[in-house]
Amino acid sequence: MKLKINGQTHEVDAPPEMPLLWVLRDKLKLTGTKFGCGIAQCGACTVQIDGQARRACVTPAIAAAGTEIRTIEGLEGPAANAVQSAWVDLDVPQCGYCQSGQIMSAVALLENVPSPSDEEINRAMMGNLCRCNCYSRIRQAVKDAADQTGGEA
Amino acid sequence: MSVETPDTAQETDSAATSKAGLSRRQFITRGGALVLGVSLTGCAPGSPRVPQFFKIDDSQTEGHEEFTFAPDAFVRITPDSIVHVMIKHIEFGQGPYTGLTTLVADELDADWSQMRALAAPASDALYKNLKMGAQLTGGSTAMANSFYQMRNAGAAARQMIVGAAAETWGVPASEITVQKGIVRHPPSKRQASFGDLVEAAAGQPVPSEPTLKSPEDFVFIGKEMPKIDTLEKSNGTAQFTIDLYRDEMLTVVVAHSPTFGGRVASFDASAALALPGVVSVQEIPQGVAVYAEDTFAAIQGRRALKIEWDNSAAETRSSEEMISVLREKSKMPGAVATNRGDAASTLKDKVGTAAGTHLEAEYIFPFLAHASMEPLDALIERNPIGEGVIASYGAQAPTVDQPVIAGVLGLMPEQVRMDVQMAGGSFGRRATYDSSLAKEAAFVFKNQSADPASRRPTKLLWTREDDMQGGYYRPIATHRLSGSMSADGKIIAWDQTVAAQSFYLGTSLEASIKNGVDYSAVEGASDLPYATDHLRVTNHLIETGVPTLWWRSVGHTHTGFAVETFIDELLEGVGIDPVEGRLALLGEHPRRAGVLRRAAEIADWGRAAAPGRAFGVAVHKSFGSYVAQIVEIEAAESPDRPLVRKVWCAVDCGIAVNPNVIRAQMEGGIGFGLGAALYSEVHIDQGGTVREKNFDTYKSLRLHEMPEVEVSIIASNEDPTGVGEPGVPPIAPAVANAWRRLKGKRVSRLPIVRTT
Repeated sequence: MKLKINGQTHEVDAPPEMPLLWVLRDKLKLTGTKFGCGIAQCGACTVQIDGQARRACVTPAIAAAGTEIRTIEGLEGPAANAVQSAWVDLDVPQCGYCQSGQIMSAVALLENVPSPSDEEINRAMMGNLCRCNCYSRIRQAVKDAADQTGGEA
Repeated sequence: MSVETPDTAQETDSAATSKAGLSRRQFITRGGALVLGVSLTGCAPGSPRVPQFFKIDDSQTEGHEEFTFAPDAFVRITPDSIVHVMIKHIEFGQGPYTGLTTLVADELDADWSQMRALAAPASDALYKNLKMGAQLTGGSTAMANSFYQMRNAGAAARQMIVGAAAETWGVPASEITVQKGIVRHPPSKRQASFGDLVEAAAGQPVPSEPTLKSPEDFVFIGKEMPKIDTLEKSNGTAQFTIDLYRDEMLTVVVAHSPTFGGRVASFDASAALALPGVVSVQEIPQGVAVYAEDTFAAIQGRRALKIEWDNSAAETRSSEEMISVLREKSKMPGAVATNRGDAASTLKDKVGTAAGTHLEAEYIFPFLAHASMEPLDALIERNPIGEGVIASYGAQAPTVDQPVIAGVLGLMPEQVRMDVQMAGGSFGRRATYDSSLAKEAAFVFKNQSADPASRRPTKLLWTREDDMQGGYYRPIATHRLSGSMSADGKIIAWDQTVAAQSFYLGTSLEASIKNGVDYSAVEGASDLPYATDHLRVTNHLIETGVPTLWWRSVGHTHTGFAVETFIDELLEGVGIDPVEGRLALLGEHPRRAGVLRRAAEIADWGRAAAPGRAFGVAVHKSFGSYVAQIVEIEAAESPDRPLVRKVWCAVDCGIAVNPNVIRAQMEGGIGFGLGAALYSEVHIDQGGTVREKNFDTYKSLRLHEMPEVEVSIIASNEDPTGVGEPGVPPIAPAVANAWRRLKGKRVSRLPIVRTT
């Protein structure tokens, strides 16, 4: 099976039903994408598939074949830079484990909705659990990033 | 490569610039080299500081870079002027990598950009928690027990570097200055970096009592220092145990008994073994282990197992039944934790309550899971040097686990090298007094093969279902309170019975139970701060087959709730303002009163709530720190629940070493406590199985429910105390108080939103 990840095509030897999460981690050692629940409830495994935030733990690898897959390791561009800078400036992470997923959701949001309302931020980010509850800073960082890109991500 | 040396650890330059204008680098390096260490054992000023020398086994250090300058157990400076600080506490978000590094940097007069944090190896001799006597992280003590120790370490290193410069340049040490990592002799205009001087400094005598700075000279302490590990946690490069991969590594999941205490009667692994990628299936004392080439195969293999469980020794009662036992017990007083005056007869005779109020209340608290984002995991592999192994995981008590792993594998403790990893949260879960995770990981490694030489590295991974159903919960507890208050707001008498499951009973911690009282069940109640002549707090303890554990703020999770909602209701009963009424009763507790006043100030307390909204307040001391919180809530529908709009939080934790980290811990503690108070409960069904299996049913707070939080830190010259846990206890009672004022009904059982 061929998977295009962060602009690069990988030939992967894995059962087609293997979740994309384990292909990324176990087969390709792209470990920024994390395992948290396995049932799309926590968002730690969030990646982008064709520009949309998706949970890699419930996405069979075969379903991602032929798409553009993007992981935290492949983040670049104005929205990604703005999000990651805002994350650093606000010292968002505590334990840090969920943050790849948070950032992937935030970047997908700003690339699709450059100036999101509070409600749009809620909808885009409520699927990403943070047990350290860094939510105040996550929300602020998303807003700061949106301001920084001037709504032109 | 199994070990990263400081040279090979990623050190990513970053263009990102912090608020303080400092260039951010990758600060975290790993490893554990020690050649010769000197430990400054003194902790408080005035206490004796005796230099102690320890020779560390060289066999453990091969493959590590030798550090040129290692004046003590904590500071390592290499010729490139990088200062590596050995951190004895595990980092799981609470900030010791940043906080402890800050202490060394300050006394050393280093530049922040040259500082690195390094996880210390396992050694009680060098790295014990000075408040606990073993190398443990817990009780929010990382800063409190390290404040002088780490400053001494930095000051000693500075003095030796200055001594080396004085000798090299032939000038008096008193004329030498150090600033931002540069050593200068202004009269001769000579200067050098730490790196230039480390070789000479290594030959200097180690000062037994280095001079510490006066607080007014602090450079980093008290400043908004950026967290040392933020960058790698914002770009996916931060490495946790789950991210460790080794050549030939097997990923292992274990089928655990669905009941607590159940054991494997028999199993059929043929279907599992037929699956591609499944290598082996072995029984271990904890269940049936599936060894596979990757995680997916391991999980699929576990699904394909057919296991008969023997439940003859299992706990089969439901959590409701266990709670009923507690409720029944708490009808009678238990073992005495506190007793002054005569609370019982004063209440019975209804003394002075004619014009005041009398109240009886019962509170019920469920089992709670820690549910840290990174499920439990541990990697064990053969050490290429010697006969031993390397255990890499988020060990919260490395020297407690080390002999347990050694025991399973037939090794000496020193043959088990502990590489403590950053952990994706813990909230108490990784502080297992019985080393249960370490033991399971060791059996997983051992049982793959009888021949030690053929054992492949094994990474044990718990799935979320293992975590949620795996026990070690916050214990169930019930409280019964009876109290009366005079019309002018004096507590006439207060009688409280705490019935709780104790994780001290029947475990290695049993010696901690004194006269029938488990302090971890009554802390925060038996030391009631509100003035009264008649106070009795008693304690019943029960054992169940469900293992329980400390959960972020431990007993304060329920005692804080019971005390702070009960006092609030008493004050409401006599029509006294909850802030004013508390302050009047806190005469002998100025710091507690101080945070309450500050919270009231920033919340502009006293104004009327908008229609449909209400304010609530609570103040609590835990782990040496004082926290007051005021909330503004409104009612949300379906389910009917409080929606918390804003939280004003005041904290007094002594000297605020890093206000940025303190605020983060208050914000996080509030969200953590609020989510649990609103939604979290582990139910055990009749027969002994756990109902909640994942985050779909075990609910916690999500972003859209996080209130705005404003934190104010009290300026203080007291020694620093904890911040990891103290933000948690006040939020639930503050919300419950507001909810009662809005709805006219007491919250007597948590969570507030109950599904059954």
